Amino acid sequence: MDILVFTILIWLGSMVAGFLGSLTGLGGGVVIVPLLALVFGVDIRYAIGASLVSVIATSSGAAAAYVKEGFSNIRIGMFLEIATTLGALAGAFWAARLPTSTIAIIFGIILLYSAYLSGRQQRRRQEADRPDPLATRLKMDGSYPTPQGLEHYHVHSVPSGFGLMFLAGSISGLLGIGSGAVKVLAMDQMMRIPFKVSTTTSNFMIGVTAAASAGVYLNRGYIDPGLAMPVMLGVLIGSLLGTHELVIAKTHRLRIVFSAIILLLAIEMIYNGLTKRI
Amino acid sequence: MSKAKDTWTNQQVETIIGNLLRGGVILAAAVVFTGGVFYLFRYGPAYPDYRVFRGEPTDLRTVHGILADALSFHSRGLIQLGLLLLIATPVARVAFSIYAFLRQGDRTYVVVTLLVLTILLYSLLGGRL
Repeated sequence: MDILVFTILIWLGSMVAGFLGSLTGLGGGVVIVPLLALVFGVDIRYAIGASLVSVIATSSGAAAAYVKEGFSNIRIGMFLEIATTLGALAGAFWAARLPTSTIAIIFGIILLYSAYLSGRQQRRRQEADRPDPLATRLKMDGSYPTPQGLEHYHVHSVPSGFGLMFLAGSISGLLGIGSGAVKVLAMDQMMRIPFKVSTTTSNFMIGVTAAASAGVYLNRGYIDPGLAMPVMLGVLIGSLLGTHELVIAKTHRLRIVFSAIILLLAIEMIYNGLTKRI
Repeated sequence: MSKAKDTWTNQQVETIIGNLLRGGVILAAAVVFTGGVFYLFRYGPAYPDYRVFRGEPTDLRTVHGILADALSFHSRGLIQLGLLLLIATPVARVAFSIYAFLRQGDRTYVVVTLLVLTILLYSLLGGRL
């Protein structure tokens, strides 16, 4: 297989990954790394570098569309980005020090957990919604459009949300994925921010978080242009198609298919890590 | 131009940021694509080798080296320049937010955003980890 064929195959694979990733909200990165490492036999460090770059492209590309809807909250995002970018640096620090087989095992576990998180039903909470002093001081409370007009919300548990965001950043920096599932978990479940606001703000944060570790990866020589080129272009096109498709397509069956793929990839990653093949 | 004393609403800021991000991605993708076409013409028939990790040569690792490579029109340097533009896009977004928070007179968030920008620049400009 020469470079021309290799590039085209990776481009096509990345496009499918980006498409499914944005349809299901899991992001393309979770499939790109296993795809490159397991199917194409790419060293996991190159795979993580290429995936990280594609994560920035998807996040920034989708942001323009989300912004128009008026859901994202810039202040929440910016404040929590202190945690995710510091976490991303920590993750990139460990990426150079852990053996690749360990990284593969961690990747498999996170893959399983992300699939579980995204497959879970959203619970509706009915609790007293009193303002939280710290969140008020940080001007995090906001409002978002609903069919019944503007709906106001209060933000809670800022310190624990901040802590979980550090973890989300570390995972992103270590594995080269957006770790949107953990970010949404922190905002939606822990800080009790409305789901729509959580997902769009998370998308905003993913690009900045990934940029923080991408700098380190670039300086370490993990980002190979020949590999990152088809991955970035493929994921970008695929994910843009996915966001358009979301409106019309029935996603239920696709979600089941995607979850099955993720389950298989996760097991394969863990197995290859345990047997030191990665 | 509107009145001199106007401050931006959050919605206006978000719209500008959205356009900034989209512009950055389109520019980056165009540069990566151009570099990619040259790359495939030059290296298409060769064989890929990513099984063993060697790391990129130094000129593809630093901002300075990538610029020099891209200016002399090396295909791999050109792709890398596109990727660098892509990484710089969220950084530009954060830098712009500082200006937006200044205009809104929100000092707390000017400090918060400066902190994020410092972390990003530290990483991008090759800070030691």
